[in-house]
Amino acid sequence: MSATSASSVGTFAPIAARPAPVTTRGTLGWVRRNLFGGPGSVLATLTIIAALFYYVPGFIDWAVVNAVTRPDVAACRALDGAGACWGVIAEKYRLILLGRYPFDEQWRPLAATVLMVAMLIASCTRPLWSRWLMLAWVIVFAAFFILMRGGVFGLSAVETDRWGGLPLTLLLSTIGIAAAFPIAVLVALGRRSHLPALRTICIVYVELIRGVPLISVLFMASFMFPLFMPQGVTINVLVRVLVGITLFAAAYLAEVVRGGLQAIPNGQLEAAASLGLSYWQTQRKIVLPQALRLVVPSIMNSFISTFKDTSLVTIVSLYELTGSVTLALSGDSNWRPFFIEAYLFIAAIYWIFCFAMSRYSQWVEQHLNVGHRRA
Amino acid sequence: MSEPIITFEKVNKWYAQFHVLRDIDLEVGHGERIVICGPSGSGKSTLIRCINRLEEHQQGRLVVDGVELSDDVKAIEAIRRKVGLVFQQFNLFPHLTVLENLTLAPMWVMGVPQKEAEERAMAQLTRVRIAEQAQKYPMQLSGGQQQRVAIARALCLTPKIMLFDEPTSALDPEMIKEVLDVIIELAGQGMTMICVSHEMGFAKSVADRVIFMDFGQIVEQNSPEEFFNHPKHERTRDFLSKILSH
Repeated sequence: MSATSASSVGTFAPIAARPAPVTTRGTLGWVRRNLFGGPGSVLATLTIIAALFYYVPGFIDWAVVNAVTRPDVAACRALDGAGACWGVIAEKYRLILLGRYPFDEQWRPLAATVLMVAMLIASCTRPLWSRWLMLAWVIVFAAFFILMRGGVFGLSAVETDRWGGLPLTLLLSTIGIAAAFPIAVLVALGRRSHLPALRTICIVYVELIRGVPLISVLFMASFMFPLFMPQGVTINVLVRVLVGITLFAAAYLAEVVRGGLQAIPNGQLEAAASLGLSYWQTQRKIVLPQALRLVVPSIMNSFISTFKDTSLVTIVSLYELTGSVTLALSGDSNWRPFFIEAYLFIAAIYWIFCFAMSRYSQWVEQHLNVGHRRA
Repeated sequence: MSEPIITFEKVNKWYAQFHVLRDIDLEVGHGERIVICGPSGSGKSTLIRCINRLEEHQQGRLVVDGVELSDDVKAIEAIRRKVGLVFQQFNLFPHLTVLENLTLAPMWVMGVPQKEAEERAMAQLTRVRIAEQAQKYPMQLSGGQQQRVAIARALCLTPKIMLFDEPTSALDPEMIKEVLDVIIELAGQGMTMICVSHEMGFAKSVADRVIFMDFGQIVEQNSPEEFFNHPKHERTRDFLSKILSH
């Protein structure tokens, strides 16, 4: 075609879209680009490979090759640190996982734990999100308490101070998180309220709780609170600790939620108001769905913190997962030297739960950002 | 003019120390179509936002459809059901689909069943010629489409009065017409409308009355014919020469 159009009016012809240039392809291209992209990159890659060569074989020798998996104290001692003594777990796993719960009744905390984990997984599954889930939770909590506490249906009664290990960790964190979340939302809304008294109460609550360590909250709940109670009135230490954890977690979470609330433009509130929506309708339908979505990563951060913070209840003689490891080893001089293996064991349990929470939060983020995805 | 649907009597408003509305007297008749223009900061947006109490006035009386605006929450809710407002920035709810944006208020404020609310919403979307976008999210639409959805959303409450706060100021030039066409069509259907706009061609074609505001006051008001051809005040002439010359 010639460009020598006689007409002064040009014809516009859109240029067809072409694929982006591909300079590097396949695995080799990826490796070159990402691992050996420049002198600094080459150095870093080689250093890491060298470190892996240096440390990984030693670790595998210790953890796998030389390790003793039988609960055999003599064999473990003979290792003299050359290998891991996983035997400590084979010997003590029931004490670590279930604490001081009566040995012959340990199927009960096990069943309660399985029930709770199954319910947690179910709650994270989108097709199951409905009103029935709330009812299911009530039933699961009731079953959990009946199994653990006993005293009915021919189950022998087990006082809460004998509860321990993983079921106690799960109970404290699940109830702590579930109760803290609505409180946090209300406190966050309260802090932005136009009513000065309400706003002040919320600010004082958040600043007071955030200003002290969880340990001191637990101490107060456990030792000081009973002093203020009238004669003859006692509240179970587990309940007091649960309230302490909940109030503590809620204060942090409230600030996270408030951060999300602040990100909602005023125009959204004006639009809701001009449509005649009330305050609570606006919060529920317009503000919170957008605000909470923005802070999903921070909310999950708080949840994970709360989950791990439950390990501090050992301080008030509740032996959850971390506490029961100490309990299992400190009383037994034969196995006491192998605490590293035992702690690695519970570290792995904590990690599995935390990693699951983290992955779930990523999934939630992806599934909630529909409104902000284009096309 | 019969009984006015909106009456301002000596209305005054301040933002802290800034006197934004000064002794506003205005009566709007049933079915009247008014375009308000004026330089930025002249109080025109504030004036129309007082009508559904997004802004509170501090002095004077403001009566909308027989209800005097006060701190009475019930009165405000009643007014907001009768008055639709379209914003410069659309203010659609980004986490809801177009259809959900439209059914929200009818379902939650008026208690309309979902199915009926959706039928109503689709009727309004058809009216603004955007029914095929019902299942999309606002962010997936162009500015002009978003503003038409916003108009449909306000219409879903079957308001007696429609307020437009610079509805085309945030739009690309190519999209202004599609929005104005929708508003012009509504204007032909007998609804009371007040529109803050600098689209003078639009004002000429739809307005019964054009109001010019400056310094929080109504400087001049007249029929479009008189307003554009024989402005009475020097300030009006000056303003018109600036916006009509380009």
